[in-house]
Amino acid sequence: MRVALFAPCFIDQLAPRAAIAALRVLERLGVEVTVAEQAACCGQPLTNAGFVADGDAVLARLAEALPSDGAVVVLSGSCALHLRAHGAHAGARGARLAGRTVEFCAFLHDTVGRERLRALGAEWRVRAAVHVGCHALRGLGLGVPSERRLDAIGAPDVVRAVLAEVRGLSLVTLARPDECCGFGGSFSVDEPHVSVRMGSDRLRDMRGAGAQAIITTDLSCGLHLQGVGAAAGEALPVWHVAEVLAGMADGSITATGAVA
Amino acid sequence: MTPVPSSPATPVPAARPAGEEGRRAGRDRHLPLLDARGAVDHAGAAARFTAQGDRTTWHDGALWFVREKRDRAASAVEEWEALRALASAIKAHTLSRLDDYLVQFERAATARGITVHWARDAEEHNAIVHGILAASGARLVVKSKSMLTEECGLNPYLEGRGVEVVDTDLGERIVQLRGEPPSHIVMPAIHLTKAEIGETFHERLGTPAGEDDPDRLTLAARVHLRERFLSADAAITGVNFAIAETGGVVVCTNEGNADLGMALAPVHIACMGIEKLIPRAADLGVFLRLLARSATGQASTVYASHVHAPRHGQAMHVVLVDHGRSAQLGHRDFWQSLKCIRCAACINTCPVYRRSGGYSYGSTIPGPIGAVLNPGRDLRRYATLPFASTLCGSCSAVCPVQVDLDAQLLKWRAQVVQGGHVAAGKRWGMRALRTVLADAEWLQLAGRAARTALRLFPARVARRLAGGWGIARALPPAPARSFRDWYRQRRAGGA
Repeated sequence: MRVALFAPCFIDQLAPRAAIAALRVLERLGVEVTVAEQAACCGQPLTNAGFVADGDAVLARLAEALPSDGAVVVLSGSCALHLRAHGAHAGARGARLAGRTVEFCAFLHDTVGRERLRALGAEWRVRAAVHVGCHALRGLGLGVPSERRLDAIGAPDVVRAVLAEVRGLSLVTLARPDECCGFGGSFSVDEPHVSVRMGSDRLRDMRGAGAQAIITTDLSCGLHLQGVGAAAGEALPVWHVAEVLAGMADGSITATGAVA
Repeated sequence: MTPVPSSPATPVPAARPAGEEGRRAGRDRHLPLLDARGAVDHAGAAARFTAQGDRTTWHDGALWFVREKRDRAASAVEEWEALRALASAIKAHTLSRLDDYLVQFERAATARGITVHWARDAEEHNAIVHGILAASGARLVVKSKSMLTEECGLNPYLEGRGVEVVDTDLGERIVQLRGEPPSHIVMPAIHLTKAEIGETFHERLGTPAGEDDPDRLTLAARVHLRERFLSADAAITGVNFAIAETGGVVVCTNEGNADLGMALAPVHIACMGIEKLIPRAADLGVFLRLLARSATGQASTVYASHVHAPRHGQAMHVVLVDHGRSAQLGHRDFWQSLKCIRCAACINTCPVYRRSGGYSYGSTIPGPIGAVLNPGRDLRRYATLPFASTLCGSCSAVCPVQVDLDAQLLKWRAQVVQGGHVAAGKRWGMRALRTVLADAEWLQLAGRAARTALRLFPARVARRLAGGWGIARALPPAPARSFRDWYRQRRAGGA
């Protein structure tokens, strides 16, 4: 099996460890991975700021840079949703890309399968809070949001299913399991006070539940949560699911710098 | 504390008469300032709200409590998603032939002895209502909750013409006594503490100083309101649903205040936005099952009163109000927002609303639905509201009529940019960002510079340079190499 791994712009620059981890995990699982060196950004920062034509132009460039067939595994739920939802606005190549886009955890869950994941032998003895980004949760359907609990009966919870294959990991139960962390892209700087308040509320819930670390699908949320925590002097280390599976989160629970 | 909605609405306080300057200043002191571009400064108002940390905690908690009640109520109905889909389809159908249904409604209502009026805008609505009151010599009006009349600025309009208006919904009466607008469309006084309400009642209704027992305060309001009910010359109500087939209207409350008003007064005026129509009586059950559960987590409002004719000897009027709705209906991307039944579920679930407060939206309808309806009325004034969202999507997931609110917020952002309502600096910044993000080499270059800067500047300086990000957030640690750098080295046999 051959896939292209897309590490979004902010992961490439600010959290390269997550991309390295994803590459290692996929290779250990026997997946042939290509990394398109000319791939840059999905365009979401521009589109969500209202600059749709610019965002679509950036997306079109990405579609050119990525291989023209095979699955594209994206290391961010939010970027994956953006490619799915807006690919069609970026030419025929963009439209095809939309259909081939899959978020990292969803790829592991749906295509690789839990048995092969178990064979990875990942282990991490820690109590962690899971933060599934809102776009991953509601947009990609990686789980069922708490406001639709009736539909959750029997529905797959992709991220928790993947993490269930990590030995020793226990996940805490949050009072508000899927409350938005307040990142929201440009929202984080356009509305900094509400954004920070949402982040600190989210962290308080996680700490109150006894979490020692945060595991997330979306390191954009993660960088925000880490920044809020660090400024308040009470950071929780934040790890991408890939880092946990790669064993790179092991034994590194410190109050600083975990994302990078 | 308050009932479920009454009326329709969209925003923008209408022009108020000169005689009302004092009161307007009082009400407007709660509204956000306009920014340099003439737009509601949501971020500024939100910053002031969050600066009162305890109030934010408490406001967020109160609304989250309502949201959780909604979740439990919705999940107790097995066919909830089917109901949502059905309600959405009924509204879409109705809106697709609204002109026909409005005429059908008028014909049926007229046949039942109801006088139907048509108002193009807030000014016409207010003039019609005042005309009815003047013709009957009414001086005291009791009014149950109607966001439409709030949207139209009816109270100050009537008060400026010598008519006393008493809001009879408890929450609305509280904010009226305080000279404030509602901060929420279902729970108008949700921003106030018991102690603040006790203080207001002490000043205005003579309850003992320091009294903040909800039961005793409610009793005081009840006694106070009962006198007004008994002596009112007219009753104004909102409308939750108007049925085209039968020519009747349905008003939902928890307090029975609408019922008492219209049962006693010799004149009943029901004011409604034209989007409140449903085709048949048989459709009503779909919406009644959704409305209260979505609004407050109740299976049903305490009262869902059907009004199909004036009482013997009473005059009954229905005022159909457009006030920008036809324009919104004609907008390809935004007509669906008119499906809204004003349950406020999107407002209660919105993590931004819960922490910024209703006044930060500068309009009668706050929250996600307000941020979708208001820009249709005045794009410049409400240019900031579509950005007062993380696009988390919870609003769309709870909406009982399946309005795709987060998608509409994103589309409004594009309209705001196209309409030229963003600062030149942002425009240039975005142009530069496009260059960097479109090209892998540019991204590596800019990223390397940024990471170097992050390492060189002391954390405090870097945070200050980072603007909004840095107000209470550390900057991310700066890795030495990007992933692409690492990957290239690995391919070259280095890593």
